[in-house]
Amino acid sequence: MCLAVPMRLVRRDGPVGWAEVQGISREVRLDLVPEVRPGEWLIVHAGYAIEVLDEEEARESLEMALRASEDPGTVGGGP
Amino acid sequence: MEREPIALGHGGGGRMTSDLIREVFLPALANPRLEALGDAARLDPVPGRLAMTTDAFVVSPQDFPGGDIGALAIFGTVNDLAVSGARPVAISAAFILEEGLARDDLERWVASMALAARRCSVEVVTGDTKVVPRGQGDRAYVVTTGLGAVQAGAPPGPEAIREGDEVLVSGPVGDHGAVIAALRNALDPGTLRSDCGPVWDLVEALLAAGATPRFLRDPTRGGLGTVLGEMAEASGLSVEVRDDALPVRPEVAGLCDLLGLDPIFLACEGRVVAVMPSEQAEEALRAWRRLPSGQEATRIGRVVQRAPAPIVRVTPYGGRRLCDVPAAEPLPRIC
Amino acid sequence: MKEWTSGLRDPGRVRGLAAEMAALDPGRPIRLMHVCGTHEHALCAAGIRDLLPEWLTLVAGPGCPVCVCPASEIDLAVRIAALPGVTLATFGDLVRVPARISLAQARTRGADVRVVYGVADAVALARSLPDRTVVFFAVGFETTACTTAAALRASPPDNFQVLSSHRLVPPALQALLDLPGETPDGFLLPGHVLTVTGTKAYEDLLSRRPIPMAVAGFEPLDILQAIRAILEQVRRGRAEVVNAYPRAVREQGNRAAREAIAEVFEAADAPWRGIGTIPGSGLRLRPAFRHRDAGEVFGLAPDPAVQDAPTGCRCGEVLLGRQEPEECPFFGNPCVPDDPMGPCMVAQEGTCAARYRHRRA
Repeated sequence: MCLAVPMRLVRRDGPVGWAEVQGISREVRLDLVPEVRPGEWLIVHAGYAIEVLDEEEARESLEMALRASEDPGTVGGGP
Repeated sequence: MEREPIALGHGGGGRMTSDLIREVFLPALANPRLEALGDAARLDPVPGRLAMTTDAFVVSPQDFPGGDIGALAIFGTVNDLAVSGARPVAISAAFILEEGLARDDLERWVASMALAARRCSVEVVTGDTKVVPRGQGDRAYVVTTGLGAVQAGAPPGPEAIREGDEVLVSGPVGDHGAVIAALRNALDPGTLRSDCGPVWDLVEALLAAGATPRFLRDPTRGGLGTVLGEMAEASGLSVEVRDDALPVRPEVAGLCDLLGLDPIFLACEGRVVAVMPSEQAEEALRAWRRLPSGQEATRIGRVVQRAPAPIVRVTPYGGRRLCDVPAAEPLPRIC
Repeated sequence: MKEWTSGLRDPGRVRGLAAEMAALDPGRPIRLMHVCGTHEHALCAAGIRDLLPEWLTLVAGPGCPVCVCPASEIDLAVRIAALPGVTLATFGDLVRVPARISLAQARTRGADVRVVYGVADAVALARSLPDRTVVFFAVGFETTACTTAAALRASPPDNFQVLSSHRLVPPALQALLDLPGETPDGFLLPGHVLTVTGTKAYEDLLSRRPIPMAVAGFEPLDILQAIRAILEQVRRGRAEVVNAYPRAVREQGNRAAREAIAEVFEAADAPWRGIGTIPGSGLRLRPAFRHRDAGEVFGLAPDPAVQDAPTGCRCGEVLLGRQEPEECPFFGNPCVPDDPMGPCMVAQEGTCAARYRHRRA
């Protein structure tokens, strides 16, 4: 149960914001992410932002996957 | 000054009806056959066979980026003729209006209809207007009939489809459906526009190139997937589609991610699916790509032996999965 | 963001990472369970099962809140929708799920049923229909429950009410672990539920039964990374909760979201379609919000006589991950998404529906 997508916060007005992804935008409620600032990435579920996305972690996990898939040795190899 | 909106009397057949016809429909759709205001339009004979189609337009909202109900009514009708290999000859249009509709809205839609008709070199030769009480309709419905002259080389039909044939689409899929889904779900579609437009030039280009398509269809409601499903059922074969070959605009993909929809089941309003003998596929693509409306034409898959489902999709990762046509319009989901 | 989303879907990387699983072969069959409808969708749509080694199977547990919503609760929503002056708003996922009749059938028969994208749209509907009572039929796990809670805290209009069929994931996992017999070799935890709850509640589960777990996101590489994290635990004989979705999931979860749920709801025993009652797995409105509880306001309760599934349907076993959909004698014939028999086939994200819609060719 968790169709939630990353969207970038374009502007905010109190608990209501406007967020965008791939050129599609909509109003999102920010009640559950009170600290978020425009420009940050949100995870939006059913019209509510449920978390602020950590871009640093996003890049890192991609790099981790990359490193691993380029070099099978890092997963420990076989006996 | 604010003009009086559409009233029940405008559909009563009396003087108010004649006034509306004279003030709104005749000036925009101007042609001698309509201006005759007879009970029926009398047409000159056309050589060869006739094609006839009918369609009802109930789109909501009626105005959307890239078009409106007026343009959609003309292109939808002409496109149904086109994929039957017929050049449009004449169109009839009946309007069912809701009491209270603003004059400006009606005039805008009729003007857009007139523009679309001119683009397709066809005339609206007869029509009708009825008004239903407020609350008994959704602003406006349009019902059309189109007559066309079948051209030489018109495609036979799905029974002509053979294993090994290639499946082409004339441009990105799902633009219209995505725009409408966005508007219905309070999303701003940004620069995305409906693909609402004519496809006759695409059909003509194939015929002019001497290509012999086995089957042509304009995917509307139900999208590309529904057309593929129907042709698979009718031919007793299946269609293998490569997901990474499907032309889908980033905005459409984004909207599908948001609402949990599949772009192949979103409506198009200005695309053609062609099933071609494989040796003609390249030539057909070249013919399409020379046209402004066919620049993004591409090959999406091929006809294969009957599988347990009408559509077999090859994922970008090499997996294969079976895909059926849903019974009803897919709804946005949260799960 | 473009760069990492498309990166997480990159075919070469996905195939590469999937191929690496072979090196983690523990020499016995491994059965991993996910508990999320969106994971099933992602697995099917990308065809990930086709890429995994034969000794590794991925089964779906009770992870679809629409599937586990009992027929008696949908029936209650249908009865409330049929009341004069009521407009019932809910998610698109739910309207075609049959009980005695579905909400879509109720609409055909005259009820005012609207599909909304989220609870905020239902609140806006209540504002635009001041003469009607707008009832939001709320399903979903913690991910969705926090949105319902936030809407109720933000002073919606008086004509807005909620019918809560929300469910909690940890009690269901605990019930799974407490079942006698074989358990899965590992759990893929639902990333967006843990976005709200954090990882702590799942670490507590480990003390009951040590089983490797990993929090999974929803892009193909996210899922594969979580699978690898579990396989590495299996290999080392460890049982931990590894967070393989750190861009969204924090150890403590989203505090504001957890607080919203705690302020508005209290846990209650609740039935799961095809499974039975799981202690403390439901969310009902706290007394301070009872005036928003449509069941209370209209004096209506679920009718226990409404049956969840016909005899012979294996949805219960499928929901528990003990049988594959294909093992059910009804799967595909006559039970199909357009004419479903059990809950797993009715919801779009149901295990059987997803599996049927994306049958492996």
